[in-house]
Amino acid sequence: MTDSLRKAGMSQTTLPELFPGGATFDAHTAADGLVEMHVDRSGLIGVLKTLRDHPDLACDLLLDICGVDHPEREQRFEVVYHVASLDKGHRFRIKVPISEDEPSVPTAYGIWRAADWFEREAWDMMGIRFDGHPNLRRILTHEAFQGHPLRKDYDPAQRWILTEDETMVPDWVTETIEDEDHFETQILNLGPSHPATHGTLRIVVRLDGEVITKAETEIGYLHRCFEKMSETHGWNEVIPYADRLNYCSAMNNGVGYALGVERMLGIEAPPRAQMVRLILCEFSRLMDHAVCLGANLVDLGALTNFWYFFQPREEIYSLLEACAGGRLTVSYARIGGLVHDVPDDFEERVRQLLRTIPKFIDDVDRLVTKNRIFRDRTEGVGVMSAADAVAWGWTGPCLRASGVGFDLRKEQPYMGYDEFDFDVPIATSGDCYARYLVRLEEMRQSLRIIEQAVGRLAAGPVITDNHHVALPPKSKVYSEMEALIWHFKLIYEGIKVPSGAMYTATEGSNGELGFYIIADGSGHPYRIKVRPPCFAIFQAYPHMLEGHLVSDAIAILGSLNIIAGELDR
Amino acid sequence: MKNVSTVTVDTSRQGVLGRLYIFAILGGLAVTLRHLLRNLFGQKDVATIQYPEERREYSERTRGRHILTTRDDGSLRCVACYMCETACPADCITIVAEEDPEATVEWEKKALSFEIDLLRCVFCGYCVDACPKQALVMSRQHEMAFTTRDEAVVGIEELKQKGPIEDEDLGYRPYY
Repeated sequence: MTDSLRKAGMSQTTLPELFPGGATFDAHTAADGLVEMHVDRSGLIGVLKTLRDHPDLACDLLLDICGVDHPEREQRFEVVYHVASLDKGHRFRIKVPISEDEPSVPTAYGIWRAADWFEREAWDMMGIRFDGHPNLRRILTHEAFQGHPLRKDYDPAQRWILTEDETMVPDWVTETIEDEDHFETQILNLGPSHPATHGTLRIVVRLDGEVITKAETEIGYLHRCFEKMSETHGWNEVIPYADRLNYCSAMNNGVGYALGVERMLGIEAPPRAQMVRLILCEFSRLMDHAVCLGANLVDLGALTNFWYFFQPREEIYSLLEACAGGRLTVSYARIGGLVHDVPDDFEERVRQLLRTIPKFIDDVDRLVTKNRIFRDRTEGVGVMSAADAVAWGWTGPCLRASGVGFDLRKEQPYMGYDEFDFDVPIATSGDCYARYLVRLEEMRQSLRIIEQAVGRLAAGPVITDNHHVALPPKSKVYSEMEALIWHFKLIYEGIKVPSGAMYTATEGSNGELGFYIIADGSGHPYRIKVRPPCFAIFQAYPHMLEGHLVSDAIAILGSLNIIAGELDR
Repeated sequence: MKNVSTVTVDTSRQGVLGRLYIFAILGGLAVTLRHLLRNLFGQKDVATIQYPEERREYSERTRGRHILTTRDDGSLRCVACYMCETACPADCITIVAEEDPEATVEWEKKALSFEIDLLRCVFCGYCVDACPKQALVMSRQHEMAFTTRDEAVVGIEELKQKGPIEDEDLGYRPYY
């Protein structure tokens, strides 16, 4: 009996008994610690329902749905569900093989609302139909796009010319309701290039007077084919792409991906590299929250806070640049560690930042937190209950603001987070004000972590000496034949990650950032599926708007911290 | 969910005193006034600089425009091994190799053309890490403007080190 199954309170033999008849599957604990089950299409919904409803399983959080293409198999496609139980702490992966002739499975929308966009994405990217889905349209590509880009036989070199006539117009736009109560109905477009969206998003709202009665969002304007490009580039070359997911905290993405691949290789970065990563990741989280709060406050008319937050951010960027050479997209992590050591004055600079940053946080705190104008605009606005937040698949600060103290740094500690003393801030009201306070407190907690980490920074190498993974030192490449051969082999053939699949999640600034990585033993990934925290959060957004004013829509959008790079990939 | 140490932030509604604008406004004004006075009389605190007259000093690792380094005789160190082209995540480097007409035993191949599309480049530094001859390094020059896309594709002549390497504004280069 394995750990995960035991955690789920069952053994390999009793597990099938929990599920209704008709489902043929086998369950085992996969290499990444998730309970993996292979389920028939016919038994899928029964299995998913049991997973959610059975008191011993209680999988209330749907993390991700994705499709995987195996052209050589008889059952060509595989639909992969990742679900987690917040209460029990266990995680399940459900795989459903389906054939090319009939690429469809029943929708899970009725079980977890979070399935809405994830299923649309799987349809768009892989061409898997979800029978019964209420709105199975393309999501990341254009409506007129042909083919499904993540299928292995899709030729990425072909170009589609898409005309403007085919932009999204929701059906309800033409419906007009005019009676005594609805005297003036109009449609308003926010975005895709609107200063308040802070990224390329489009929101269509129907107004009754000034009140929003219906809303819909369109995303995909910043889709850069991250997942498709990863399939044709080496394992290390994905890191610059990963940095561009959540570009406000680039370090977190690169490290999250590197940790995933390191797990598959069965290696660990040296302690010094882990500690530097941790320090820079926490600084990145802090910057991300600073951007989110600063921009949110600008949208609400409080410009000064933006400057107060951008000054420390600028200084953190200078530190990142001194370490990595780049400011926004750092490309600092490598599989097996970091590309090179930090500069000599690193510790001193970190300590300097630890002294200055709290002042800026306190300034904003004093300016805004008790200000009634700000509180009237955010209190009770965009309220999300804990149950709804979980159903929508929310994670991160937004979920914690609804009262669920779920933080992967505590839940599944990685990079040694369990050795640090820090608290998880939560709030109960679930409104914009709560999200503001939670982020503000998280910035302080990040500083606490950094303060402890900088004292534990030990000397040593920053990248593994395994020459199958890390480039040998340059001094050796220039002078030794063997090192030069390893260097050539690593660049030309790449790292050889053993066949297999793993789901690795880290706590990104916006929530659970998961990488579901499939390797086939070659020098590049077979398939990478990112579980972007923004994606799950943003799908709830149009539903949160109903009954609010347009100005509230801006306040809510800012408080959710939607980063288009991560949303659209 | 594990039993983790949490802090619950205070979201309770404001009392009557809090709902009077005046105290919070005065508190806020004290913050901005402090910043104003410090900026007026303590010039060293000012975060902004008078760009472009004044420029920020970037670190020695800044990843800017590339430099193709040369040997003492002025020829390129590049041996056209295609390592940088292979390692490039943005596929922005194009090399055409030729046989070196003045080949000694050591140098047999050389680059006939070496082009970098600076508009495609993401300045990640992977090419510098990949180079086994230290033939490609980066400068700190990050202000690049082009009037056409073709202009952004630079070749050997534009990238080649012009004088002694110490005179170049050197940025990212191999450290380890």
